[in-house]
Amino acid sequence: MLTKLSRGRRFKNHIFTVFCYVTSIVSVIGLALILWTLIEKGLGHFNLALFVDTTPAAGFDGGLRDAIIGSVIITGLGILFAIPVGILIATFLSEYGRKSGLAKQIRFVNDVLLSAPSILMGLFIYTLVVKTTGSFSGLAGALSLMIIAVPMITRTTEDVLYLVSPMLKEAAVALGIPRWRVTVQIVYRAARSGIVTAVLLALARIAGETAPLLFTSLNNEFSNTNPLHPMASLPVVIYRFAMSPYHNWQALAWSGALLITLVILGLNLFARLFTRVKTK
Amino acid sequence: MSSQLHRQKKFTVDYFFTKLTRWCGIALILLIFAILFSLVLMSAPSIQAFGIKFLFSTSWDPAHQQFGALVAILGTLITSVLAILIALPLSAGIAIIITEILPPKLGSIFARTVELMAGIPSIIYGMWGLFVLAPFLGKYVQPWLIEHCQHIPVLNYIFGGMPIGFGIFTAGIILAMMIIPLISSVMRDVLATVPHLLKEASYGVGATRWEVVRHILIPYTRAGILGGVILGLGRALGETMAVTFVVGNSHKLFTGLFMPGTTISASIANEFTEAMGTLYPSALMELGLILFVITFIVLALSRRLLRQSKASGGAQ
Repeated sequence: MLTKLSRGRRFKNHIFTVFCYVTSIVSVIGLALILWTLIEKGLGHFNLALFVDTTPAAGFDGGLRDAIIGSVIITGLGILFAIPVGILIATFLSEYGRKSGLAKQIRFVNDVLLSAPSILMGLFIYTLVVKTTGSFSGLAGALSLMIIAVPMITRTTEDVLYLVSPMLKEAAVALGIPRWRVTVQIVYRAARSGIVTAVLLALARIAGETAPLLFTSLNNEFSNTNPLHPMASLPVVIYRFAMSPYHNWQALAWSGALLITLVILGLNLFARLFTRVKTK
Repeated sequence: MSSQLHRQKKFTVDYFFTKLTRWCGIALILLIFAILFSLVLMSAPSIQAFGIKFLFSTSWDPAHQQFGALVAILGTLITSVLAILIALPLSAGIAIIITEILPPKLGSIFARTVELMAGIPSIIYGMWGLFVLAPFLGKYVQPWLIEHCQHIPVLNYIFGGMPIGFGIFTAGIILAMMIIPLISSVMRDVLATVPHLLKEASYGVGATRWEVVRHILIPYTRAGILGGVILGLGRALGETMAVTFVVGNSHKLFTGLFMPGTTISASIANEFTEAMGTLYPSALMELGLILFVITFIVLALSRRLLRQSKASGGAQ
């Protein structure tokens, strides 16, 4: 009774398969074009001067040193603030709160914040910090990035903490170790590689954030390493330079864009490698 | 004795550590209320001045202190819906090719590549749109569409405007490219919840791949796929940088997709630091408040659907 497929069914199936291939290829081409443009236009100024020279005036040569330093300080502070808070919330969710109503509400808010528009975090920190202190500052930028990083760290860390074997915890508790030491010295340690991954992924996300920095850390045409003053950052400088009509600024923006993309892709790859090695 | 023992037990490091984690969690809930409160507070002058009219007015005139949100709201909604319409078939194709067609090894390499693209910051998409996509569309695609659609009733409105490259249409395409990695990876996760037994059984009775997708995968994962699409919508609605570069930043009401427009987030990004006086920044804050409300509803809905699909995937 085995018969060939009817022509109609076979035709539909072919159309469907072709559709899947075409859509995938189209998407990959689109995404590859972005990377290609980035390399083609970014490599021009991708040299030592990019890292050591100060921000140029329109029409002059220069580099993005100040913006790079600013970005390192702002994202560094942001992630440092976010790490303890994110891990503690995740600890509450996985160790103490679990299925309580409060834990459920926290998870809900966390999921919403995870995808909430980042520009709103900028507006919030502007109101909370910039308005009250009367000055734009690198610190305000770091705080807005912190709000974006915390939900990411919480989400990934919570998932990782569940993976720690309950037997390990029970054994420790049976030895009479207080619960908090079980958490800090045993659970965290067992989940270390996962927590590192969570932090790296959050870092990769906030490193390229532009919108929340526009009106928190603002920008600075001069070298500044004091986080209490307005501070240049790579994404904001890229934005300003790309939108400008000057060719040397646009070229620098492309090089900055290439740099930031390489850093972020690197962080992502590293984070994934980290988990894969550990879980094997 | 017993009360003393009790007190000794209460104030241990353990007690404080537990409380600390709990308070951090509560702080997160307070944060979202604080964001909402600060937006309401800052937009109070604008709410008082314009009332409900703010939502329906198309005027945006800083010189005469007249502000209305309609153009920005429409721009936000239309660019996002356009993005979903483009991204949905493309993401579905990617998700299905990874889970159903490619051999597992190749599929996972492809999946990883797409996931990596999700990490590229939105400003890069925006720059690419500004320097590559917009000129390309303005030179080749838009003139062709305008020429071929000018005598077709509805389409001549949709594809109306000058072929300048910037505008609602371009913003929608850039947004689509940004959310494809997100939607396709959610779809992939959701498709993975379909039991192998179910798929094998239908292949076993002779169903073609299309029939398995159409009659097994899609019905089984309907809620999850919808959740993924709405999550993508939520991202697109709030996306700032990718849009700001290409949307044209015009507060004039657009009547065709090729015309320049603006979105809520693009208006805020563009104008906030330069907004003088009390009413202007306050109107921008009210735009932010509207965006907060819209995205909150959309994200809450998507989360509900995704949790629901996860739950049913686990139970069956």
